[in-house]
Amino acid sequence: MKKELELYVHIPFCVKKCAYCDFLSFSAKQEEVSAYVEALAEEIKGKKEQFSDYCVTTIFLGGGTPSILEGVYTASIFRALRESFDIAENAEITMEVNPGTVSEEKINMWKTCGVNRLSIGLQSVDDGELKMLGRIHTYDEFLTTWKMVRKAGFHNVNIDLISAIPGQTKKSWETTLRTVAQLQPEHISAYSLIIEEGTVFGTIYGEDGERICQKELLSRESSMPEVSDKDGNIRKDRQILPLPDEDTERAIYEITEKILREYGYERYEISNYAKPGYECRHNLGYWERREYLGLGLGASSLIAEHRFCNTDKMDVYIRLNKTVDPDGKKEESKKAVWEKAEEVSVLSVQEQMEEFMFLGLRKTDGVSEKSFFETFGVQIDTVYGETIGKLEKERLLIKEKGQIRLTERGVDISNYVMSEFLF
Amino acid sequence: MSVIDQSKIRNFCIIAHIDHGKSTLADRIIEQTGLLTSREMQSQVLDNMELERERGITIKAQTVRTVYKADDGEEYMFNLIDTPGHVDFNYEVSRSLAACDGAILVVDAAQGVEAQTLANVYLALDHDLDVIPVINKIDLPSADPERVKEEIEDVIGIEAEDAPLISAKTGQNIHDVLEQIVKKVPAPQGDPKAPLKALIFDSVYDSYKGVIVFCRIKEGTVKKGTPMLMMATGAQADVVEVGTFGAGRFIPCEELSAGMVGYITASLKNVKETRVGDTVTDASRPCDSPLPGYKKVNPMVYCGLYPADGAKYPDLRDALEKLQLNDAALQFEAETSVALGFGFRCGFLGLLHLEIIQERLEREYNLDLVTTAPSVIYKIHKTNGEVIDLTNPTNMPDPAEIDYMEEPMVKAEIMVTSEYIGAIMDLCQERRGIYQGMEYIEEKRAVLNYHLPLNEIIYDFFDALKSRSRGYASFDYEMMGYQKSELVKLDILINKEEVDALSFIVFAGSAYDRGRKMCAKLKEEIPRQLFEIPIQAAVGSKIIARETVKAMRKDVLAKCYGGDISRKRKLLEKQKEGKKRMRQVGSVEIPQKAFMSVLKLDDE
Repeated sequence: MKKELELYVHIPFCVKKCAYCDFLSFSAKQEEVSAYVEALAEEIKGKKEQFSDYCVTTIFLGGGTPSILEGVYTASIFRALRESFDIAENAEITMEVNPGTVSEEKINMWKTCGVNRLSIGLQSVDDGELKMLGRIHTYDEFLTTWKMVRKAGFHNVNIDLISAIPGQTKKSWETTLRTVAQLQPEHISAYSLIIEEGTVFGTIYGEDGERICQKELLSRESSMPEVSDKDGNIRKDRQILPLPDEDTERAIYEITEKILREYGYERYEISNYAKPGYECRHNLGYWERREYLGLGLGASSLIAEHRFCNTDKMDVYIRLNKTVDPDGKKEESKKAVWEKAEEVSVLSVQEQMEEFMFLGLRKTDGVSEKSFFETFGVQIDTVYGETIGKLEKERLLIKEKGQIRLTERGVDISNYVMSEFLF
Repeated sequence: MSVIDQSKIRNFCIIAHIDHGKSTLADRIIEQTGLLTSREMQSQVLDNMELERERGITIKAQTVRTVYKADDGEEYMFNLIDTPGHVDFNYEVSRSLAACDGAILVVDAAQGVEAQTLANVYLALDHDLDVIPVINKIDLPSADPERVKEEIEDVIGIEAEDAPLISAKTGQNIHDVLEQIVKKVPAPQGDPKAPLKALIFDSVYDSYKGVIVFCRIKEGTVKKGTPMLMMATGAQADVVEVGTFGAGRFIPCEELSAGMVGYITASLKNVKETRVGDTVTDASRPCDSPLPGYKKVNPMVYCGLYPADGAKYPDLRDALEKLQLNDAALQFEAETSVALGFGFRCGFLGLLHLEIIQERLEREYNLDLVTTAPSVIYKIHKTNGEVIDLTNPTNMPDPAEIDYMEEPMVKAEIMVTSEYIGAIMDLCQERRGIYQGMEYIEEKRAVLNYHLPLNEIIYDFFDALKSRSRGYASFDYEMMGYQKSELVKLDILINKEEVDALSFIVFAGSAYDRGRKMCAKLKEEIPRQLFEIPIQAAVGSKIIARETVKAMRKDVLAKCYGGDISRKRKLLEKQKEGKKRMRQVGSVEIPQKAFMSVLKLDDE
């Protein structure tokens, strides 16, 4: 039987970078896009030999904004994928979509390519909040996209939301949740805003997301870059608002699960909710430490307990994946797949155990004692008995029916809990 | 050179304000007298402890002998005795000076005369040394040698007209200095046939030779086999070896006679027996009286030193024992703290001494330390007539048993440029200083005289002084005895539990303010934990300040995008790493940094 493999394909292009985003993305120039897609297709084809004994169970086109690609580019990526990998018939194939980059023609192409799941970045239904985040679309523009994808027959769709947006209140978050839940997508991701270094928000609010007072914020207003919408019109009506205070943030967090449950969604991971049966298999794969191969700029992989990632420099990436003579390619294909990667770490058993815990605990079900034993040949209590006992006492973990999972409080401060599992 | 003509010996030292280039000049003298080739020269050969070189200060006095062929065609033997440059080591300075016949005074051509310049010159004059001024750093663009010459004449009152203008850094005019040493430093006196009388000005411990005593022979002669006697400590041993100092090494010789500077080894195991300032004599033919000026140096400042990792306690003890072999002024005894476990209460000459020991322990012995707030020695007069010396706040008796308390005072001299006089006077005022007077030493610079409680200057006074004068103020102090004072013990309670390592003695009038600042500082330093933590300051049972560390806020890494797990791992590792540096006190984890941070509370 073939081994299972997940594929992640990175499309680093966006119309414009959002104020909170620290992913590897930048605005696209047409010639760069075409050169990138060409290199990407080459990279994909180069993996053929090395992964001939694998069967691909999920594909995730993430970004950036994959939906920014013209249909022909999307088609050539999938052509390369299907030529090079054995893709299971029932594979989950997801593509990220941002409102304002979608056309009927593109949607039809996605269908043709075999994409069967879409993930739409909405973030909020409040146009003011969308502006605040530096999104290029309004809620109405999202609705247009939504109707198009439903009409085209996509029946497995996720909507991304962000809470704790500057200026957000408990009420406006509740409105966002209910409005979106009423649309009944199959899956909702509700992330809490994190202020990252090197982003616009990082500049304004401080790297650690420290809460600063209104007065100080005003003084930083001048550093706020101008915002232009997708037609290039500069919007000057954005003002800097403070981040929600701690109590609001907590309240926002607490109502999320409650409200979504009303509409038939179950939380299955810290930030993810789904109708039964619609959990994102690809993402679960990360938490369950299944093997995955990252393709494209800066993409990370886990293969045979090696974690490695591609270069994040566009010129280097393109140079490395130029069409070369077939003999050279063949030569290369005999080597281990991580040999070309810039950074490789071979995970020790200890590190594998750590990951098993801190990734597994993200799931609402938590980790299974049985599967720990099956994976490592040692009882979980032998390794982590003391830690688990301590965290149980602190009411951060619950041990039940062979599963160990976070309590509500444990979810709140999951970084603390997870760090306890590092050696 | 077994028989040495006394008239060809020159014993001298170099004195200077910190950073005026004393060690660099020493390097040049050694270099230009030909004892070392340029290639052998490590920069600043005299400061051979790594730490000294890094900080650019001399901690232990060092000595070197060189031979100089003067312009008159004669060869002279130079004994250059390096002196420590800081107030904490004042006594060592004074003993080094007593071993010399002359002193070179180095003054920075840009900075001019500073507080320690004065202090050191007075010390030298006290020892009847001839002082030769030298103006250094003339290569600096801001150098103003003429002004500095005038300053030396006006402020210090010594002739500076023909002071050599040099740059120790570039080596310019060093020859002038050498010639003046020959001409102006008097040759030593003393009768080689008289009973032995030698001054100990330093001693070091060597694992092969045992204690090595550095001394200046005032009268008589010492050689292998001489039964020597330390007149103050009473220690006796037969001399194993005598010799002189090469740069960085010892050169054995036949004998040391009156006028010479050299070393003596005997199988002594502890530097405590060879106290600086003591007189060495011949037990079989002792001299009639010891040299004047010996005193036992006592620690002025105490603090607790604890290993960050409790298991390293034996290592810390070993390290302290080894350091003590070379540093008779360092004292320590075992103590336990509820918060910090097993450690030592250590006594130091002053704050710099404390810092140096702490750094040497961390660097040379690879120990991670937690230091408690430094304390001075308080005298507690109990109602039953008993008087106790209190070095650890934890041992303070019940207030009901205390009649009154006394604290040590210092006479402080602060030299400052006129625009900062106000700021510095404010600072001294805040630190309970009593103004004694002010003298303008020139148009724009003045010396402020204050009486200050020692406990007000051992925390962060020096930092505050520098920051409030933009580095322009310099400071010197000497002890002036005890004074009755209103003192209380301030306790810190974290999550309602008293943390002994954070207790300290404070002037009653400052308790409220200090308590408030400490709570605020601790609030910053103690990370949020699973539950809310009250931080309180208390005097007796009365709570005088309170802060609260809120419970841990939401702390979730929302997104693990595209399977970038290493990033998440890094974040978790950072969190974990932070925890390792914590001390468990009751149910609260306190970062080690917090214990130290409370030492720096000055808010300007």
